[in-house]
Amino acid sequence: MQHPAFEEVTYHHHTDDAEFKRRVRKTTILLSIITVIELGIGLAIYSMHKSNQDREFLILLFKGVVCILTLAKAYYIVSVFMHLGDEIRNMIMTIVVPLMLFIWFIAAFIWDGNSYKNLRNKYDKHFEETTMPKKHHGEETHEMKPADAPGKKD
Amino acid sequence: MANTATTHQTKWWTGGKSPFNLEYGKLMMWYFLMSDAFTFGAFLISYGSIRFSQNFWPDPNVVFNAFPGAGHANLPLAFVSVMTFILIISSVTMVLAVHAGHKGDKQGVMKWLAWTIVGGIAFLSCQAWEWHHLITGQHAVLATDADGRQFIDIIGQTMGGNPWGQVVDHAQAQSALAASSHETLVHLVHEYPTQAAAGQSLEALEKMPASQLAGMVDVAHAHIREKGPIAFGGYFFGITGFHGFHVFSGVVINIIMLLMTQRNVFQNRGHYLMIEKAGLYWHFVDLVWVFVFLCFYLI
Repeated sequence: MQHPAFEEVTYHHHTDDAEFKRRVRKTTILLSIITVIELGIGLAIYSMHKSNQDREFLILLFKGVVCILTLAKAYYIVSVFMHLGDEIRNMIMTIVVPLMLFIWFIAAFIWDGNSYKNLRNKYDKHFEETTMPKKHHGEETHEMKPADAPGKKD
Repeated sequence: MANTATTHQTKWWTGGKSPFNLEYGKLMMWYFLMSDAFTFGAFLISYGSIRFSQNFWPDPNVVFNAFPGAGHANLPLAFVSVMTFILIISSVTMVLAVHAGHKGDKQGVMKWLAWTIVGGIAFLSCQAWEWHHLITGQHAVLATDADGRQFIDIIGQTMGGNPWGQVVDHAQAQSALAASSHETLVHLVHEYPTQAAAGQSLEALEKMPASQLAGMVDVAHAHIREKGPIAFGGYFFGITGFHGFHVFSGVVINIIMLLMTQRNVFQNRGHYLMIEKAGLYWHFVDLVWVFVFLCFYLI
């Protein structure tokens, strides 16, 4: 279809109906399957927490897999549903390149939070004793006071 | 400069045509969404930063395990997966509305937009139920009064506190029961009676002295916890609230688009590009939910 109001738009994506329907169906099924897998992993993590076994590495691995699956979902939504994949490469780059800032953004702030925890555990023994998860029940515990909560809220 | 370009290539930058082959409004919608992605990203990263600074963080499966009409049944992840699928499906109907717009099919646009609006309202209703359930929930937590004495309190999840800390061991919970208020004890005995105390009516419990009630609570089933990290409630309500506000504004935009379509505004204009812009916004809302779902419910 021509867009008389926008002469500067030189060509239009031609999507024939059958091809479009096939693509939307495929993407919907993919998103649903990925979500179901994510839910399965979430429940697996839950049962591991519950059985209280020492599987910290496996839980971490599962969480990593869920993160990757989420990125895959994001890719399909942006590229197919939002049609970014069909745009001109230069335009895609003006969106994607600035988003690279997230690589630093996530890494730096997670690192910072983790370092804050380590420093507090080292120098504030009260914080460590009152908040560190107990592997075995017993010993005396204190309630966590508001003063122990992070002071670095935004 | 234009002369240097080879003739068989499109001369994108010589003027008269859009170098990105997009009309202005749609391109600007993309840049708005990019900035909005940074806003949401900053919120989620701030949440991650605080979470990594804590030794203990609540397990989402303990917090989000309720389902409307299922009472106290433990159904982790069930309700949020319903919400996720509602949003995915409403995203699909939006794609179909945009596609109908490409073909200039007014009836198609209206039909699929209407379904998208239904999906958006359904999602918002789910979120309203979930918030209500969390805020009004009654969970037993170990609290400390001004004199440093421990007692059991009944709280829900709010910005000021939440009941999702670590489970308190039985002996400690039992001793804290002695210092708890009569009202709290009646509630606990009513919800978690020991076998010997089962079957007592609420009226009968009200008349009993606190010292007697304290011995009638089945501490093992009451799951008495410490208070959780305060930041948990604020981040949850703040970020899901900000996302819910986006869904709400998306629904409003879609309703406006539906009315404009119905009044032939786009038909007279000759194109349905506004539907594409509204569609981009709606898909973005779905995209953000994917990450909110990941950060709050899955990991």
